[in-house]
Amino acid sequence: MLNIKNLHVKLEEEDKQILKGVNLSLESGKVHAIMGPNGSGKSTLSYVLSGKGGYEVTDGTAQLEGVDILDMEAEERAAAGLFLAFQYPVEIPGVGNMTFLRTAVNAQRKLRGEEEMSAGEFLKVVRAKAKDLKIDAEMLKRPVNVGFSGGEKKRNEILQMAMLEPKMCILDETDSGLDVDAMKLVAQGVNALRDDKRTFLVITHYQRLLDHIKPDVVHIMANGRIIKTGGPELALEVENNGYADLLEETA
Amino acid sequence: MAASSQNTTSSRALRDAQLIDSSGAWAKEARTAASDRAQAAGLPQRRDEYWKYTRPDAFVQADVTLQASLRRSLEIFDQRTTVLVTFEDGKIQSSALPSAAHCTLESLMSASALDLHWARDIYGRLEAAGQTPVQRSLAAVNTAVAREGLMLNVTGAVAAPIHIHATSSGQTDAIIHNVIKVAAGAEVTLIETGQYGARTNSVLEVDVADGGRFHHIRVQDGDERHLLTHIFGKIGAEATFKSFTLTAGGQLTRNECVLQLLGDDASVSVAGACLGDGPFHHDDTVFITHDAVNCESRQVFKKVLRNGAVGVFQGKILVKAGAQKTDGYQISQSLLLDDDSQFLAKPELEIYADDVACSHGSTSGAIDAQALFYLRSRGVPEAQAVDLLTLSFVAEAIEEIEDADLAQDILDHLTETLSAR
Repeated sequence: MLNIKNLHVKLEEEDKQILKGVNLSLESGKVHAIMGPNGSGKSTLSYVLSGKGGYEVTDGTAQLEGVDILDMEAEERAAAGLFLAFQYPVEIPGVGNMTFLRTAVNAQRKLRGEEEMSAGEFLKVVRAKAKDLKIDAEMLKRPVNVGFSGGEKKRNEILQMAMLEPKMCILDETDSGLDVDAMKLVAQGVNALRDDKRTFLVITHYQRLLDHIKPDVVHIMANGRIIKTGGPELALEVENNGYADLLEETA
Repeated sequence: MAASSQNTTSSRALRDAQLIDSSGAWAKEARTAASDRAQAAGLPQRRDEYWKYTRPDAFVQADVTLQASLRRSLEIFDQRTTVLVTFEDGKIQSSALPSAAHCTLESLMSASALDLHWARDIYGRLEAAGQTPVQRSLAAVNTAVAREGLMLNVTGAVAAPIHIHATSSGQTDAIIHNVIKVAAGAEVTLIETGQYGARTNSVLEVDVADGGRFHHIRVQDGDERHLLTHIFGKIGAEATFKSFTLTAGGQLTRNECVLQLLGDDASVSVAGACLGDGPFHHDDTVFITHDAVNCESRQVFKKVLRNGAVGVFQGKILVKAGAQKTDGYQISQSLLLDDDSQFLAKPELEIYADDVACSHGSTSGAIDAQALFYLRSRGVPEAQAVDLLTLSFVAEAIEEIEDADLAQDILDHLTETLSAR
């Protein structure tokens, strides 16, 4: 699904190398987790993959289903099936959540040369999906993320994911700022979207989220590189021993 | 200071108007007084502090050189039932004046032919009251020479909005003076769309009696035009006055709004959203006087500027001694879509009472990069994302419109305007 080879990235504004040769291969239908200490480059990786400005790729490639995505605009990557659930979803006052969702769904369809979803059909689909995530009609009407609690914001991200039906989902610290119940609800939403054609890359600090979203593969990232790859047990190891041992091991 | 340039349209018009005036007594009297006011004040000069950010030249020069074009903005409210009043090339179509329950509609022409008319207590009176502390001589010129306008007397709750739609073509110069009287407890909504002339000087005087409610929604478009508008409002106790203006075209616009809160517990709101592109200069000048207890006033202005467009805001809240419990709010913000555009703001508070809450804020900013990325990451192309964020930016001003349907009409029109550019 997603193949990242030797990815080197620096900040555009300053001469600071963040990613120093990341290699990752994510198969269809799998859930990969990336864990790592602060400043290891996890969020940068998610931003670079989804097309945020301010970064410069100095070497390497990233291909989604064999197509190079690093030269694409952010919206083209989204239309190609990439989705980033934000760590800090942005508030957009004055734009209704429903308007935003419909604009996004139809913009992607248009970019793919597909027919737009009618207002009636959209309403039906969004209501059903919102219900699963315990998002009520009031929350759909409110401006995007404005006045939402931390949990509501993250559920709203998952609702967008459910509506946009991406092939490749990147979750950037989706567990941050969530209490246990909210995390379960978000995890349920993610698990409901798991199938053999959809791939997930779950970025997190803590093993906790991985209790609810069970990964197939766990990677440890440090200092701009993947330093270790293993099964779910690797996450438990980090939970018990911290990153220090792993860092020493690879130093 | 006397009018320095005798060769201006305004001074010529003043002279001609007096020669040919065959009006009734009240109108003649009002016009003569206004003419004296205008002569005494003189025309605005470039060096006047009050015209520091907007050159008055275009409004006082002899000839109009612009070419007005017919616009279709009538359709903005076509989902609503309205009472339609039309102006063509600056002239009210009086033969087609509609009627509606709880109000009377007349032309200024027919009202001024009478010796006695209810407008006598408002026409030129509110304008005169708005001449201090700053002189607005072009409004006085308007009162002195205007022959066209709508006289609307509201005596109860008028169900459908009164909708003025003006069309114009060619190098037309329009001087329009509308007067509205809202009786105690009465309510009306006035919609203004289209353009009266290539160059327009318009005055709207509104007297809202105790407990009355006045709503005003205005859309200013048209490509080539210069527009100077004045609203003079006198607001009684427990009355409501709300005016919203959307400006999405024109080269030069100055909207002045002068309100006097004279009765306790009244509430006013003056709001504006503007989209400026290229050779576009837009000036909102507001002066709100609190002269009663426990009144609320709101000024909410949002300007979106690009390609060298200029936005100006001069807003003042004056709280007189004794106007306790005043709640004054003023916000003026610009969204600069490039480095060439400019926003000039002069917010002012002058307070002589000690138990008041007044706040003001003014900001200039660019599109939020994080929000832009958020939208694009969801598949919304950049141009469309910028449009959405533009709507987001002006939303606070549109929210000042009380009627949700009319607010939606404005939002839809704005969305359409944005996607067409």
